[in-house]
Amino acid sequence: MDEGAPPSGAPRPRLLRPRTRVDWFLTVIRVAVLIVLAVGFMAFIAQEINPDNPFARWANPDATGLTGAQFRGLVISGIAQGSMYGLIALGYSMVYGVLGFINFAHGEVFMVGAMTGMITSNKLADVGLWESNFIGSLVFIVVVSIIVSSLTAVVMERVAYRPLRGAPRLIPLITSIGVSFFLQNASVVLLGPASKSYPNVPDWVKAKHTFLQIEGAKILVIVVAALSMAALWYYVDRTKTGKAMRAVAEDAEIASLMGIDVNRTIVKVFAVGGAMAGMAGILWGILFRSVIHTTGFLPGIKAFSAAVVGGIGHLGGAMAGGLSIGVAESVGPLLILEPLGVSGVSQLRDAVAFSMLIIVLLVRPAGLFGERLPAEDRA
Amino acid sequence: MSSSVGRIPLLEMRKVNAHYGAVHALRDVDLSIYEGELVCLLGGNASGKSTTLKTLLGMLKPTSGEVVLDGEVVNDRPTSYRVARGITMVPENRRLFKRLTVRENLQLGAYLRKDSDGIAADLERVYELFPRVKERLGQKAGTLSGGEQQMVAIGRALMSQPRVLLMDEPSMGLAPALVQQNFELISQIHEAGMTVFMVEQNANMALGIADRGWVLQTGRVVLDDTAEALLANPALRTSYLGGSKDSGDAAEGSGEPG
Repeated sequence: MDEGAPPSGAPRPRLLRPRTRVDWFLTVIRVAVLIVLAVGFMAFIAQEINPDNPFARWANPDATGLTGAQFRGLVISGIAQGSMYGLIALGYSMVYGVLGFINFAHGEVFMVGAMTGMITSNKLADVGLWESNFIGSLVFIVVVSIIVSSLTAVVMERVAYRPLRGAPRLIPLITSIGVSFFLQNASVVLLGPASKSYPNVPDWVKAKHTFLQIEGAKILVIVVAALSMAALWYYVDRTKTGKAMRAVAEDAEIASLMGIDVNRTIVKVFAVGGAMAGMAGILWGILFRSVIHTTGFLPGIKAFSAAVVGGIGHLGGAMAGGLSIGVAESVGPLLILEPLGVSGVSQLRDAVAFSMLIIVLLVRPAGLFGERLPAEDRA
Repeated sequence: MSSSVGRIPLLEMRKVNAHYGAVHALRDVDLSIYEGELVCLLGGNASGKSTTLKTLLGMLKPTSGEVVLDGEVVNDRPTSYRVARGITMVPENRRLFKRLTVRENLQLGAYLRKDSDGIAADLERVYELFPRVKERLGQKAGTLSGGEQQMVAIGRALMSQPRVLLMDEPSMGLAPALVQQNFELISQIHEAGMTVFMVEQNANMALGIADRGWVLQTGRVVLDDTAEALLANPALRTSYLGGSKDSGDAAEGSGEPG
């Protein structure tokens, strides 16, 4: 992960004082990336001021710039998408915190949440409750989905990961990829391979509201995600169980010396992470209204990137990382790439999201909020 | 020893054997700690000192023999049960939760307790004992100096309301002046009525404050006497030097994950 670091022991060279050939190489890449970002952004500004000025035309003769409303819309979409990434990222980050491995099946927990919401909401729509009492139904499907995805995560821990406690970290990691395939295939077997949709949402959710011209669904997503994150923060920061989680994350042996039941605490971490993923699944369903067994893959990988961007193991970082990736993939193509004359930029969202991961790792290998790991913990 | 005749020990090991894989780390170890005592277990590197503590706390299961806490055999009980029954440890190198605040570290010490009034009262006692800890409550424990961390580590252990406090190498990793201060703290706590079982390499320091002591050599108790007698015993030196590192017990070092 940290190619630029010299052999353990020696302090890492500073960004602009490279020592090894690898450092030179990385510095060249860092500078190139910064130039592309800066030129793209300047071209964007130039095109905003006047698409016909020479610099703007040199960068991309066809560019027209964005209107204020377009730009606002992109940012809002990015925040909505990013807050869902953030919710999922919390699960990656918390599990990494206590067990030190990346649970790649976490994206599938999110998919299970979205699927549960799809089934429950369609049942409610069948009996007419979805239309007559949307808010009540929404609360109901959130509760059901949180329970199901929490249970999925807890069973996953019990069956797949607990027997591997103490094994080298690579082993649970590979297992988690297997669990991921298992859950995807279980979804195909149980629900079929076709994509399925959520029932129609009320007009006020679909309509753009006068306030900043945002769709109701996006407001809903942002508000609910913010509330969930606040609740999680309170849980981890203030409650006794949250303190136990942080203690286990830091030193499981001493935590057990305090009388903390380490296994139970780990189960709670999986349950809470699963609940957040289930919540994100519902929000995804409300916003995009369509789910399929592979729904968890891309958001899962992006949420993992978000956790790494924010500094894995750091909850605030996971949220910030989610938001930055969401906004970057929404705004980035039109802010940096379009002004540079790249064609088909709206297809490049995913590329931008993962480039963001690489750029952050190039500049801050430990992530935005991460602490640098001691040499013996790097593996 | 005469004072302890007829009383039931608070904490006891009866003919305990323990293994790390193929390594025979403890051999027929007998220890008994009585209420109100300050006793120490001495020994060189890899003599089985840390293994003894792990066995007492339930982090390692003995292969034979009994660990007895307050008259009850606790071999099959987990650490949390034993902590709830009044045993706790100040670990080697303190091992505070460095990313948590000092207050949170102390609160975690009282994790198993439900009596919020008692917890508040014990917090006050810790502040009284270590006024400097009170000034640092909101700080991350990792930002404290070594001496302050030692105070928090002892405070955290006291918060569980222990009846017997185990101390793993209290002199380890501290500057000489702090070692002196640390041993003063230990005897201060002992004088306040705490039963203390200390594991130490520094025999002179430990026996200076202890009532009794044992010397462990490659997993076997080779000396068992009062502190004065041990200090006067020439065998104390030879037993240390005799236990060379390649004598079969490498488990102790590998049991410590950095």
